[in-house]
Amino acid sequence: MSEALLVRGGRVIDPSSGMDDQFDVLLRNGAVEAIAPSIEPAGARLIDARGCIVTPGFVDLHTHLREPGFEHKGTIASETRAALRGGFTTVCAMPNTEPPPDSATTVEALMERIAQDAAVRVLPIGCVTRGRSGRALAELGELAAAGCIALSDDGNPVADGRLMRNALHHAAALDLPLSEHCDDPALSAGGAMNEGRVSERLGLPGQPVAAEVAAIARNIALCEETGARLHIAHITTARGLSLVADAKARGMRVTCEVTPSHLFLTEDAVFGNGPASFYDTNAKVNPPLRTAADRAALLQGLNEGTIDAIATDHAPHAVQDKLCEFDQAAFGISCIETALSTVVSLALRGELDLVRAIAALTIGPVRAFSIDRRIPGAGTLAVGRAADVTLFDPAARWQVAPDTLVSKGKNTPLLGRELPGRVRAVIVRGELAYSEETVHA
Amino acid sequence: MLEIKEQPTTTAGPEPAAPIGWRSKDLLDTDTLSLAEIEAIMETAEAMREVRARPVGKVATLRGVTVATLFYEQSTRTRASFEVAAKALGADVVNLTASGSSVEKGESLVDTVRTLEAIGTSVIVMRHRSSGAPYLAAANSGASIINGGDGTHAHPTQALLDLFTMRRHCGSLQGKKVVIVGDVLHSRVARSNIWTLLASGARVVLCGPPTLLPRALSMSGEPGECEVTTGFDEAIGGADVVMALRIQKERQESGLIPSLREYIRGYQLNAARLQRANPGALVMHPGPMNEGIEIAPDVAHGLASVIEEQVTNGVAVRMAVLYLIATGRTA
Repeated sequence: MSEALLVRGGRVIDPSSGMDDQFDVLLRNGAVEAIAPSIEPAGARLIDARGCIVTPGFVDLHTHLREPGFEHKGTIASETRAALRGGFTTVCAMPNTEPPPDSATTVEALMERIAQDAAVRVLPIGCVTRGRSGRALAELGELAAAGCIALSDDGNPVADGRLMRNALHHAAALDLPLSEHCDDPALSAGGAMNEGRVSERLGLPGQPVAAEVAAIARNIALCEETGARLHIAHITTARGLSLVADAKARGMRVTCEVTPSHLFLTEDAVFGNGPASFYDTNAKVNPPLRTAADRAALLQGLNEGTIDAIATDHAPHAVQDKLCEFDQAAFGISCIETALSTVVSLALRGELDLVRAIAALTIGPVRAFSIDRRIPGAGTLAVGRAADVTLFDPAARWQVAPDTLVSKGKNTPLLGRELPGRVRAVIVRGELAYSEETVHA
Repeated sequence: MLEIKEQPTTTAGPEPAAPIGWRSKDLLDTDTLSLAEIEAIMETAEAMREVRARPVGKVATLRGVTVATLFYEQSTRTRASFEVAAKALGADVVNLTASGSSVEKGESLVDTVRTLEAIGTSVIVMRHRSSGAPYLAAANSGASIINGGDGTHAHPTQALLDLFTMRRHCGSLQGKKVVIVGDVLHSRVARSNIWTLLASGARVVLCGPPTLLPRALSMSGEPGECEVTTGFDEAIGGADVVMALRIQKERQESGLIPSLREYIRGYQLNAARLQRANPGALVMHPGPMNEGIEIAPDVAHGLASVIEEQVTNGVAVRMAVLYLIATGRTA
């Protein structure tokens, strides 16, 4: 039995129910016991939420924990602690590990490590193809039975259209979403950033917008034929997003996510802070940061609800993976700890609706992957359901620096920036898993 | 005009002060050079050209300075030019190549550059196949980095020697039409030339097959704009300078152009096309040339050609850059 927690005096926002008002929230035995304007402590430990926003714990559909295989970049222990600092209570672990989770054996081994080390709830995503090689289907039914929440080959798009079609047929029968990095590898091969003004100025090989758009178009066509649940991972282009909007309007089971990095930054981030810091490898990410027009379309898509989820694509790397030539540097941004702050920044600037953004961090991703089947009440604050809660102070500012990040990966183009929005406390399964100066006995 | 006195090589002479207007630790590209800095290089190069014309052709200004050439890519003219330039200034020169060095043992660029700095190298001339590699070196080393060509990005000393050569023939470049023809997209020479030429007030026309042209290269916020066109016959009309770029055979192999034969048909700088340019137009090429492909042999060696002079001027311009950077460090 865990002790009861009373989150007191915060602005409670739960987009799943439309709740947005000042409430106290009482948590006991891993579940929400009461939500009311004023609740007497009655022995519960008090969490002072005055000035804070209280939401369901955030859910990330796209996290790279790096373990097993790349422990020098991150571990289940380090990256789930980073997730916690970022306000996330559930993360879906992408399968680009070594070995990758492409069989019951590897998934079970992963689940054991998660049970031992994870600071938040972790749901594994299984491979679409054996070894993420794109050649032969993994045993998808076995992966579903072993507990995978979705399927994906992560950074390796399933290039073979026939294989993808077969995978979607199986995924449909298993009712598992398939999360696809939509990219035509023939078009984007060798590209280190978005193809356009900045790549031409810096003499870097580019990835054209058409590489993403063509793959989204193909995959939507295959989704239509198979009736599968297609989830478009980290969408980056205005034209790709319009294809998703069109598919949704036709009633197809297509969902999509956007990263905080693509909402907040453009290809100009590769310029760093000016000529002395051109070729900022921390801004090298796949799919690449795009143009201001693309960013505007993504913000609009989120505000209008075309985009279901903000997913981090948190990708921690070791120093040597980024302190090298731009074309040799690894793709990826460590951003699970800055995700909320970028969202709050955008909301303060009036570019993003805060409640819509919270929906995209909570109920949006839960619906996309049906996470509530595994964690009843995930993404909501409902009496009798899971007590996963995040408290953050939207006004508090903090400095992004290597020593303020918990993640092993310090690779973010936001280093040195001061951002608003600080996570004050996170409750996972009714336990105070993280807190910062908000708790009173 | 800066004066450089010939000095006996046995005793260190007084250090001439760096001309006003020079402030950079490194030379990574031409895009960050101020007009004053470009002028400083041009004036100094003029003085160096005069030094080179003397019987000895050498001074001791950089005596005691160690210059390293660190080449991760094959090069003949750039490397030799820098080495001759550094030695003409009295500097000690260390030559390193990627093959047969610690690079082959997996040493990172940052570590290599720090090692060179630790053994007392104060200026590193660097060529690398990766665009931006000199920026990485410059940001992680106290040594001055001179970019001797990085990937498909920049080749600032080539652009400066091109500018120097053009100015010697044309005087001011204000309003002059400079046509750069060929594989502009992958050309570090073209990219660095764009900045110096636009800063000098020239009208810059980039010309080549559609797959080898930049489409979004914007000069917003910068002086002027480039024109971009696929039609060489029209573009060359009224040109004051025509610069042909090297076309690499791999562009055909990767399908960017149908064939070299097709390239020659549309884009070879030949005598018939040169007729359309202004009388007295200069023919330039950064070398090494594929004669008979991007440039016809009779044009390459014809009266309008200043291609050999480019190479000669390259030594003076590189002396100027080495001088300004090395003396700027101690100023």
